[in-house]
Amino acid sequence: MALEIIESCTSCWACEPLCPSKAIYEAKPHFLIDPDKCNECAGDFEDSQCASICPIEGAILNADGLPMNPPGSLTGIPAEKLAA
Amino acid sequence: MQLPVINKETPVSSASGCAAGSCGSTNDQMNHLPEHIREKVFNHPCYSEEAHHYFARMHVAVAPACNIQCNYCNRKYDCANESRPGVVSELHHPVQAVKKVLAVAATIPQMTVLGIAGPGDPLANPERTFETFRMLSEQAPDIKLCVSTNGLSLPEQVEELSKYNIDHVTITINCIDADVGAKIYPWIFWKNKRIKGREAAEILIAQQQKGLEMLVAKGILVKVNSVMIPGVNDQHLAEVSRMVKAKGAFLHNVMPLISEAEHGTYYGLTGQRGPTPEELQTLQDACEGDMNMMRHCRQCRADAVGLLGEDRGAEFTMDKVEEMEINYPEAMKMRAEVHAAINEELESKRLAKEAKVQLVSIQGSRPKEATRPVLMAVATKGNGVINEHFGHASEFLIYEASSAGARFIGHRKTTPYCEGGDTCGEGESALDVTLRVLAGCEVVLCSKVGYEPWGPLEAAGIQPNGEHAMEAIEDAVLKVYEEMRVAGKLAVKIIEQQKVA
Repeated sequence: MALEIIESCTSCWACEPLCPSKAIYEAKPHFLIDPDKCNECAGDFEDSQCASICPIEGAILNADGLPMNPPGSLTGIPAEKLAA
Repeated sequence: MQLPVINKETPVSSASGCAAGSCGSTNDQMNHLPEHIREKVFNHPCYSEEAHHYFARMHVAVAPACNIQCNYCNRKYDCANESRPGVVSELHHPVQAVKKVLAVAATIPQMTVLGIAGPGDPLANPERTFETFRMLSEQAPDIKLCVSTNGLSLPEQVEELSKYNIDHVTITINCIDADVGAKIYPWIFWKNKRIKGREAAEILIAQQQKGLEMLVAKGILVKVNSVMIPGVNDQHLAEVSRMVKAKGAFLHNVMPLISEAEHGTYYGLTGQRGPTPEELQTLQDACEGDMNMMRHCRQCRADAVGLLGEDRGAEFTMDKVEEMEINYPEAMKMRAEVHAAINEELESKRLAKEAKVQLVSIQGSRPKEATRPVLMAVATKGNGVINEHFGHASEFLIYEASSAGARFIGHRKTTPYCEGGDTCGEGESALDVTLRVLAGCEVVLCSKVGYEPWGPLEAAGIQPNGEHAMEAIEDAVLKVYEEMRVAGKLAVKIIEQQKVA
């Protein structure tokens, strides 16, 4: 059970200091989550911290590969506008 | 810039020798600040249209993270309003940032101010921000430090902030009403949770106000920035202005929303427009009755280097900085000499101005007929004189001339007429852009103006005037105003039927 950061990450550093498991690390071209360390904040916080501060929709995936913050959920920008 | 009439509650510098009501002509906006504040900010380029031609500032991008989302910001770029997007900043670690600051300060001795403005929120990156401040306080005590923030984590940082050589803090406050805030901020990160909607705005507003009060109590200067968003907070900002002044902010900077669709922001993509220059000015005027307003903000990028409106960042990329060898203690001596020379020049200019004001107030004792105020646009490269061709100007300074004198009220950007080609993008020619930008102005003063734009300018009700090249701006503005008065163009009843292009 681990989250994953994908290529849309902008390397803004917001998530890194929040991770209670120190699973997030700086890498090129974007930050990564060590799947062996990540426990999705179980036991520490109600919500996964990285996914709760990440400003980029779709940049963090859950264990099933689905976005923690789906398109439109953070910015409110309608999907058809995003595609354009 | 001021009309003393509307700021008469503010103590006038005791050295200025001009009683309230007598010096309406040519004051810089700092002159109406209390003396202890004026002393702190007189060489700060962001606070004076005059000082910014002499002193430079720089920003370092050490703070990438943010703890809120604003609808005018796309986090894939830099913050669209606090730092205009385009190229993403070269992000620095504190050690690199300090190296860069020392290199710039040694190369550009006019650099007096270092700000941390982003690209995220500096106080959401407390370790990077404070490490940078700590090193600079030790290594470069002759540099003033400033920081801007959205305010969310400000209250818990005030104690730490007060330890450094921090000149002032800028808080971006766009609203004091959570219903307005819910239209500006989709979410905040607060106590380990993402909070959305009205609740998020409520928390943010409370934190901003608390932070403002705490800073003022500590004696740290606070400037408030607001982004003017037509239809969202434009009717609300006068109230914001009153509130932040009551709580002790010393300056309010109302900036226009930047919302081009290509920036990919919520506002950009949903068609939220920014204000016209006239709407912005009307609001700034409305707020001015309550608050010292800042009129010449150029909305710099988070990594800007140089005088306001110029960016010499390309000379100081990290690879170039790494190769420079800087002896800062030596540089500091040279800097002190340069600063002393500039201060002397500014002081003599200030005294000359005051002498002239007194002369005018003696000569001007004969009452004249009431005249209406007139907006004039001025093309200048700086130094307070009219020294730019109409066709080369990428911005115009806007002055309001009235029976009380000339007052600077802002700047308006355009595409230089000579560089614009036939069209720029949406089929609007560079001249059309300038005509639109100058709407409301009746005169444009420049060192030279070509034959071609002359006709369209006149047709739009804007008189081109190249007769005052190299003259001091405010003198020329008042001369032209006097000519208009003599020609009978300033009767209060006549309302110009200006064609807005």
